[in-house]
Formats: sequence, C-alpha cells, structure tokens
Amino acid sequence: MTNLNSKIPQGPVATKWSSYKDHIALVNPSNKRKLDIIVVGTGLAGASAAASLGALGFKVKAFCYQDSPRRAHSIAAQGGINASKNYQNDGDSVYRLFYDTIKGGDYRAREGNVYRLAEVSGNIIDQSVALGVPFAREYGGLLDNRSFGGAQVSRTFYARGQTGQQLLLGAYSALSRQVSLGNVESFTRHEMLELVLIDGRARGIIARNLVTGETERHSAHAVVLATGGYGNVFFLSTNAMGSNTTALWKAYKKGAFFANPCFTQIHPTCIPVHGEFQSKLTLMSESLRNDGRIWVPKRKEDVDALRKNKMKPKDIAEENRDYYLERRYPAFGNLVPRDVASRAAKERCDAGFGVGETGLAVYLDFAESIKRLGRNVIEERYGNLFQMYQKIVDENPYENPMMIYPAVHYTMGGLWVDYELMSTVSGLFVAGEANFSDHGANRLGASALMQGLADGYFVLPYTIQNYLADQINVPRFSTDLPEFAEAEKQVKANISKLFDIKGTKPVDYFHRQLGKIMWEYVGMARNKAGLEKAIQLIREVKAAFWKDVKITGENNEVNPELEKAGRVADFIELGELLAMDALNREESCGGHFREEYQTPEGEALRNDDEFMYVAAWEFQGEGKEPKLNKEPLEYEAIEVKQRNYK
Amino acid sequence: MDFTLKIWRQKNAKAKGKFVTYKVKGISDSSSFLEMLDVFNDQQVTKGEDPVVFDHDCREGICGACSLYINGRPHGPDDSVTTCQLHMRRFKDGDTIVIEPWRSAAFPVIRDLMIDRQAFDKIIQAGGFISVNTGGIPDANAILIPKQNADASMDAAACIGCGACVAACKNASAMLFVAAKVSHLALLPQGRAEASARVQAMVAKMDELGFGNCTNTGACEAECPKDISIENIARMNREFLGAKIGSQKKTVKAGGF
Repeated sequence: MTNLNSKIPQGPVATKWSSYKDHIALVNPSNKRKLDIIVVGTGLAGASAAASLGALGFKVKAFCYQDSPRRAHSIAAQGGINASKNYQNDGDSVYRLFYDTIKGGDYRAREGNVYRLAEVSGNIIDQSVALGVPFAREYGGLLDNRSFGGAQVSRTFYARGQTGQQLLLGAYSALSRQVSLGNVESFTRHEMLELVLIDGRARGIIARNLVTGETERHSAHAVVLATGGYGNVFFLSTNAMGSNTTALWKAYKKGAFFANPCFTQIHPTCIPVHGEFQSKLTLMSESLRNDGRIWVPKRKEDVDALRKNKMKPKDIAEENRDYYLERRYPAFGNLVPRDVASRAAKERCDAGFGVGETGLAVYLDFAESIKRLGRNVIEERYGNLFQMYQKIVDENPYENPMMIYPAVHYTMGGLWVDYELMSTVSGLFVAGEANFSDHGANRLGASALMQGLADGYFVLPYTIQNYLADQINVPRFSTDLPEFAEAEKQVKANISKLFDIKGTKPVDYFHRQLGKIMWEYVGMARNKAGLEKAIQLIREVKAAFWKDVKITGENNEVNPELEKAGRVADFIELGELLAMDALNREESCGGHFREEYQTPEGEALRNDDEFMYVAAWEFQGEGKEPKLNKEPLEYEAIEVKQRNYK
Repeated sequence: MDFTLKIWRQKNAKAKGKFVTYKVKGISDSSSFLEMLDVFNDQQVTKGEDPVVFDHDCREGICGACSLYINGRPHGPDDSVTTCQLHMRRFKDGDTIVIEPWRSAAFPVIRDLMIDRQAFDKIIQAGGFISVNTGGIPDANAILIPKQNADASMDAAACIGCGACVAACKNASAMLFVAAKVSHLALLPQGRAEASARVQAMVAKMDELGFGNCTNTGACEAECPKDISIENIARMNREFLGAKIGSQKKTVKAGGF
C-alpha cells in the first residue's frame, strides 16, 4: 500500500500552523515573477487563490468554463460564513469552531487541517470587509451574526441571503484588479480536459476553448484545481448545470488519489421535486431553520386530507402536529446538522407522513415566528428566500408553510491532499470543495464558504511557495514538449470518439439514468445489496452511453452537447467509484448512512476500530479495479465520541 | 402545454442570423422557461438537428448567466426575475413566444442566443475593486458602518451582471451596471479612498467599449431582475462630477520618498 504522508506538522494542534509558516521555504519577489501557476476554477477558492498568488507576484493563469469568473457556483451560496470572532460574547473560540467542525464531520476529518481552518476563519472576515463585502450590520455599525445548524453559538456572518454572491464578488474584484495589473491572465469559456505531467510533476493543462472548439496547451510550474464538487453525479442537485468533475477525474487518472467519494451531503431544506423534466433543485438556506419549525402531521387521516386538498396545513391542530426534530433532538431541535435533519425527514416520509402531491415533503413553518417577531422581521431576514420560493412553487410562504425535502448539495469527498493542499501528484494542488480535506463525513452549514476562502486567501499562498522554492531555476516550460503534444492528442481522440458513436439518445438521457440510480441506491440511505446493484447498473449505463449517445454539431464551434457528453462520461465513472467507496465503508458516519449500521434509535453508528481512516482511491488503469489506500486518522486534541444532538 | 417558438438562430458571430419557427409540445406548467428549452433541445437532438445555444448555469437567479429577450422584454414578462426563474404557468397554452439574444454592439452574439459579455469584466477590471492585497488587514469591526449605509451598499451590490439593463436601454447604455458597482463601493468607508479614481476609470472604460449614453428613460431599472434602482445612477453622476472637479484642482504625483 502506498504510504500517504499527510505532512501534518509536529507539535500541539494550536501551534501547528504558525510553526509550519515559521519554517517553510519562501520565494523572493524577483523570483516569483519567473514562476507560473495555473488555477482552474474561479469560485471562492479559485478566485481568492488566483488573486492572492497574483498579488504576491506569481504569474497566474485563471480558467473558468463560465463566460465570467463571477458566475462560478459559489455565487449561489445563501446563508453565511462561519468565523470564530466571538463578536457576540457567547463563548466562541478557535477551539470551539474546530471542535464543532470535527464533531459535525463525525470524526472523519484531520485535526491539523481543521484547526488551521478555524484559526484563519477570522482573517477571512477581515479580508472580505476590506474588499467591500457588505455584510449585515447592527444599528451601532458593528457586524451582525446569526446561528446556524450544528452550532450553539452565533458565529455566522451573512449578507442577506446572498452571502456567497457577495464573498465571490469580493474575490472576483480582487482577481479583476490583478488582471488589470497584469499578474493574472483570465481565460473564460475554457474547460480543462487534461492534466499534463512532466517527469511526474504537474506542469500544465490542455483546455478546450468553448467558443472556437480549439484545444489549447498551457504550461506552468504548478497547477491548482479549484473546480468545485461533483454533486451533479446525481443529475438533480443544487449545483449549477455546468458544475462537473472532469478536471478532478482527469487528475485522478493521472495519479491523484480520490478520497472519500461516498461522503456526499444531502441538504435538508430544498424545494421538492416537481416533475420529470426538472433540471435542477433549488436550495432554501439552512438559516430558515433558525425561525422555521419543521413538522408533519401526526395522523394519517390528516395526511390524506392534505394530499386531497381537503384541508390546509394551518387547519391541523397543534396537538396533531409532529415537530419531529424538536421531539427527537430537544437540545438542538430544528438546528441539528444537515445529515441528521435530512435523514429524519426521509424517515417521516418513508413512514407515510410526508406531505405535498408526491408525499415527499415536510413543512417548514414560520407562523409562530411571524406571530412572535412580526412579518417585517421575517421579511428582512429571509425576504429574498421567501420570494424565491413563491416564484418557483407559486405559493405564499408567509401564509402557508413552505414544503421542503432533502436534495444533493455538497460533496465532502474530493481529491486527496496533504496538509499543504498538494495531491499525490507533485505540483498539483487542490482547493475548496474539490479537495476532501476539512469536512469529514458531513459539512456544517456556513463552513463551505469558510473553507474555500481559507484555502485560497490564507493557505495556498504559503504552501505553494514551499513547493515552488526549489523550482526557481526551472525555466518556463515550452508547450511544444512531447508531453503536451501527447496530452493534446489524447484530448482530441476522446472528442472524436464521442462524435463517432452517432447513437440515438441525447446526453441528458444517460445523465438522468445515472442520477436515478445514484439517488435510489447511493443516496440518503445505502445498503450492501443496493450498492452492488448500483455498481452493476452504472456499468450498464456506461456501456449504453458509449454505444448510443448522440452528439449533434461539430467540434469547431460552440457545442454544449459535446461539453455535456464529456462531463457525463466522467460522472458515470465517478458514480461507480462513489458506490464502491460506499460499499467499502461498512459503517454509518455523517452523510454516509448504511442501513446495516445504525443505533436502535436509528442514528448513524460509526465503526471507529475499522474505519477511522480516509479512503484514498488510486486509479489502476481503464477497466481495472482501483486500489484502496488508507490514511489513518488520529485524534489528539479531541476526544472521539458518539455524536449526540439530544 | 404546447407552444410555438420563434427563435433567433445564428451560427456564429460573423454569420447572418434569422428567426426560425418551431413547435414544442407537452410542457408542464411548473417547468421553468429554460426547462422548456431543454425539452425543445432534446427534440432537436433526437431529430438530429442543432439544439439552440443559450447561456445558463445556476438556474436559481443569481449567477447572471441567463439572458434571453422574451417577447420583447429582457428576462421575459415577469418583473424582478431572471429567465431561469420564469415559469411556463406564466404563458397560455398555444402561445407564440419570440426569443432573441440581448442586442447591443458591446455584447456581440456568439451563437444563437449566447452573447459575449466580456465588456462587463473589463469595466470591473478598470476600477471596480478596492485596492487591497491579501493579509495585513485590521479587524473587521475596526470600521463602523452605519446599518443604513451597509444596507444601501448591499442593495447596489446585489447586481448579478446579467446585462438586462443594457438590453433594455434604447441606447444600450451600461450606466446601471456601472452605477451599481460605483455605489456599492462608494457607500462604504473602505471604498472611499479610491472613489474618485474609480468612477472616472470605470466610466471611461464603459465609453471606450461602445456602450451608449444614458438618457434617463428608466428602462434599465424596470427590467432589472434584481431591482437595482436608478438612484444609483444619480449617485454615480454626483461621484463623477465631484471627481472631475477634484481632479482639476490638483494632481498628486505618485511615488518618491
């Protein structure tokens, strides 16, 4: 087995990061200009990394598939960003944020990484405010906070229901400034289709210009992937339509290990599915759980009457409502972590108490808060979310409770990285949701924005220097090198292969099929037989795809069908790995719930003796079983316990 | 529901475009407008014909990628929504729907309904930022910002950069987009230091890129999916005028010890 060296610095957890920073090698300013860095993806992690590295003086090339870096899907994050500022004097601290994150992740994340994340969290707020992010404020002019699921303190900073948008626009403005200063070159409507290795190190990428269809070669001394998560493997998710795993998957095939792919997050508060042609799911921010109460009817006759439209939810008497989260988890109530809330909703719906046309929905009710605080306060806090709900569902959530149901939202798994955010490919760094590092088996609300910006603003600018310090005498790479020619040839061959299938069904047909299998067998609850069946079915989809997919048009033009085909081909393969990982992990932890492993009360039952490790999968060649490598997790600063939110 | 679609088809930036009429059938009234186009494209691909190309990504009204001109209005007949948030229940069964790209010299068509909005990125690069590098920043609460200023700044910062304001304007002016960014930063103490240089640089870039002038028709505000107010344009004009007067008084040379 490959020995995975996580490079966690020695010493107590609280001093690891400062001691690391004190001892790393640095690159002097005149040498930074001679070093090129490619950053793929311009969301929170990518934009903040590209801007920060550009500001340091490195020559950066930033790539995104969208028409502008500002459109990366971080923009859609609603609720907020955590930081252990303790502005509210409610007992928060770096240690407590660290502790909550490790516990929230069900003890499947690395202590060293998570402590660092909590440690730099405050700097992110400072940085963002300096860049002009208009966070919500109190009347006295100080920053406001709110609480979020899985925490007992108010440490979440927010900009209405558009926190991700404002943080991304902040990072995008910093990136734009570096473009104007000539430190960053921006390549929009470009998609990375291959990673180029020279002597075992990441030295460039092959990207397709999505307007002209040309394949381009780009070289660099190091490559950063900040391409987000792979939630679209489920077809329906809260991700953007273009969000994909292709960059990660190409890197995986070039030797980067894929860690914990089965750790996927199902978000509890999304708008329920409405029909066959639905293209995506819309999230309603978790912050709604601060003031909304979740319930379903207690009596089956009420469920029937509701479905037949014979009564309204407000006609159901208080004593006939089951506020099941408050009932099961009195200490955290409606603010339990996402995995717990999602499973509890599924449990009620499976037991026949779900509401809505499909029976796959629960109520999120604001009536009591509106009575207590007034409609104005609720409108100020959640106005844009209520409006969004009304537009999609055509019902007024101020008058009737919202209907919600869990949906795929975030992927904790990703490429394996060490403490320096470097993958198992030398010189290939991975940041943000694309790596596996900080959330363990479940991510707490308002932590994704924190991690993306921590990686980009405050971690990579240090760790990448430690790698580049001995590269200062390595001249810029010519893209005429045979390694580039070979990689480009491979990309072109793949494209031709897709066109040559000339089948009968559009790409989406296969993506939908894959999504159904993933949701059915690899979704909120998994079991051995189902996972084995899923692997079989995914292989059938793969065979069918390569025999029968139909792509119209040509390569040398704008061709969304071709783009989708390449992405779906990779999603199918990733789906199989995800199911294999879920099959291998014979325990329940965080978002990974194996029905065979639960407590008598139906809670996730971990198996720390056998599974307290990171599963890092190593590609062994097409058609071959990937190899499982294990990185054991050690807890020194935190006592490992059964998670308890009662 | 069934619809007749009149869609602008254009092979590439240089080709001549034209309207082509199609039928689409069996659309659910709870489908979004873009899901209706997905169904249409599925039909096209199955028939072996080119699907219609359009920009879209988040499909929840925040990324600013979607951009259609529907029955003569940017983002369609509803107020305060993007095209991806428009639902087919808004139309009547059997309706004819005309779908065009944004029309502006500064936003050339790439293909069909997809346009090139890089001009917006260039305007931001010209000055739509606060000049700070990463790190070495004082505590976030060291700057007090009155709530009403933070709220007004947020109102302006909510712009998604979709370009509907340009599409709606008979002069194809980008004033609302630029004014939103100028206001967002000018309303914050952190943004004041460079306010004067920022507004001048951004306005100059906007003019250079071929956007038209503002003649105060207010069409931009009416069509903005995020309800960005034209008060921002007034604020930008004040900032711009103030900057002009200030810059004539004295030029401070940079550098030197």
